[in-house]
Amino acid sequence: MEVDQMVPLPRLPRVAVCGGTHGNELSGVYLVRELLKLQREVMKKEQEEDSKPALVLLVLSNPRAMQHCRRYVDTDLNRCFTHATLNGPFSDMAPYEIIRSRELNALLGPKGSPEAVDLVCDLHNTTANMGLCFIGYSDCDWICLHIFRHLQREMPDTPMRFLHFDVSNKESYSLDSLGKHGFAMEIGPQPHGVVRSNIYTAMKVGVQHMLDWVRLFNSGNVFEGGFVDVFTMVKHIDYPRDSETRNITAAIHPCLQDRDFCLLHPEDPLFQTFSGETVRYKGTEPLYPFFINECAYYEKGIALSLARKRRITIPAIRVQTEQEQQANEQGFASEEEE
Amino acid sequence: MSSYNNTARFSEARRVAIFGGTHGNEMSGVTLVNLWTKNGTEIQRKGVEAVPFITNPKAVEKCTRYVDTDLNRAFTPENLSAPGGNDLPYEVLRAQEINRIFGPKGSPEAYDVIFDLHNTTSNMGCTLILESSKDHFNLQMMNYIKKSMAPASCLVLMNEHPLLKYSTSRSVAKHPVGLEVGPQPQGVLRSNIFEAMRVILKHALDFIELFNEGVEFPPCTVEVFRVLEWIDYPRDANGNIIAMVHPNLQDCDWEPLNPGDPMFQTFDGKTIHYQGSGTVYPTFINEAAYYEKQQAFITTRRETLVASAIIKA
Repeated sequence: MEVDQMVPLPRLPRVAVCGGTHGNELSGVYLVRELLKLQREVMKKEQEEDSKPALVLLVLSNPRAMQHCRRYVDTDLNRCFTHATLNGPFSDMAPYEIIRSRELNALLGPKGSPEAVDLVCDLHNTTANMGLCFIGYSDCDWICLHIFRHLQREMPDTPMRFLHFDVSNKESYSLDSLGKHGFAMEIGPQPHGVVRSNIYTAMKVGVQHMLDWVRLFNSGNVFEGGFVDVFTMVKHIDYPRDSETRNITAAIHPCLQDRDFCLLHPEDPLFQTFSGETVRYKGTEPLYPFFINECAYYEKGIALSLARKRRITIPAIRVQTEQEQQANEQGFASEEEE
Repeated sequence: MSSYNNTARFSEARRVAIFGGTHGNEMSGVTLVNLWTKNGTEIQRKGVEAVPFITNPKAVEKCTRYVDTDLNRAFTPENLSAPGGNDLPYEVLRAQEINRIFGPKGSPEAYDVIFDLHNTTSNMGCTLILESSKDHFNLQMMNYIKKSMAPASCLVLMNEHPLLKYSTSRSVAKHPVGLEVGPQPQGVLRSNIFEAMRVILKHALDFIELFNEGVEFPPCTVEVFRVLEWIDYPRDANGNIIAMVHPNLQDCDWEPLNPGDPMFQTFDGKTIHYQGSGTVYPTFINEAAYYEKQQAFITTRRETLVASAIIKA
């Protein structure tokens, strides 16, 4: 992909901002509640400024989990958006979150169809020291990558990374996969069940810049090409566990705790057992750790995840003209499938 | 206990319990108690029977604070004597069971000391919680722990407030000691927090061993932070929180909060200031479990308590 190539992309008339997908990740819960209060003012301002307004859908994804301040009620909602789960046989005995995922699919999707919202931004918190992360399935979704770069420039004091999970469209499982474009905005460290003002503010500012970018894009702004560092997930590492009870027998090593995105080399400390021994990284390739000591991942068997970093080139982009949009209807559909 | 030449005499502290999992998602205590249940060498001391015990196993299994009701508020006289068997909330049944094993609360048969292990999302560091300013045994123990840990900090929080005091699981014992170490998210085990709690307990058990051997501990002074009041988040008419702990106050446990200092920040960025009449020392700032208890932080006052000399009777 050439930096100076210009790629026209379809307009983004409908954007969804979702909070409370995990009911105890409170920045998103409070931010979406706050935005719902202000929604009328936001839309009025857009009309006054005569910019092309995007419709912003504000969604509290898992109200029951939010009520109990828990991650989920029956099952993790953010794993319920595969095509198989969304379109499987219906049962009112189904877990709450599966019923909810279908409701959200009706509201924001259907996934993979032309009616789906154009962009989904799903708000999350992590107990890991990850700063602000975009998490997406694609390393060539220019919309998401440009939004990321825009935030990097507008928020230079906020540590920011783009995380890429190389999962195909068919296998994609999270809420943000409902939209034509989508990403999770993950900010930490914040304990679950707590709202920290600095984390809340970073999320509020990040969402505002994202919506500003969409407005600019829809208005015809040209965004120059350039380079973005992308972290692609390679593997997970679980805690050492007792063979009988499956209880963990070590904690993240003090040298690794809070050092998300600091390169981990072979033989670097990973864990410290309760009897004081160091367990070291036995991989052969230096990789970047993230989601170090995320509370919700203990039950998923993940102590930390590891990523490879690479620099990718993103092209210049702008919104398609109406003629381009009509002419490229077919071409757009096949580009999405890629 | 009897006074003789101002030295307080206490009977030997032989029966000691270490409670973990009173809140099932406070991982340091859960992990330490499981460790010591498997291998108790580390907690063995001459003349001491130290029993590690998971107080709320169902909550631990679900990695949640509690199942029906907060166990650490459940040891009220009403609950401990309530009839009703299996109709009672799980934690009330548990409280009765714990009272049978380690109590009865208030009786001569009760355990001598109970250490109750807790974590907090607040930046409290290592904190010991004292329930009575007149418990000279506990005051001397806390003095010993603080001196042993120096220069590392270990502060004492004292909750003797007639209205705000609550019925803890440790209150079953003659000498209840709360250990609160943070910051740590619920459900997470941080190695530094885990090791800090381990060290506190090591010193505590050393003290008990020395005391049981007949060592006399001379009079001492102990700085404590006395609980004054709980401050709630600002809320709207529907009870929803409308502001967060201010960035200037977040993580500033134990630092002076003066009248006029920023206290909360509304979601749209306005500052709400502390309106008290004097300087206070806030703690339990932004503890996750306290949102539902309407507590954003507590205020305390610094005090120096005098502990008389103590010796085994």
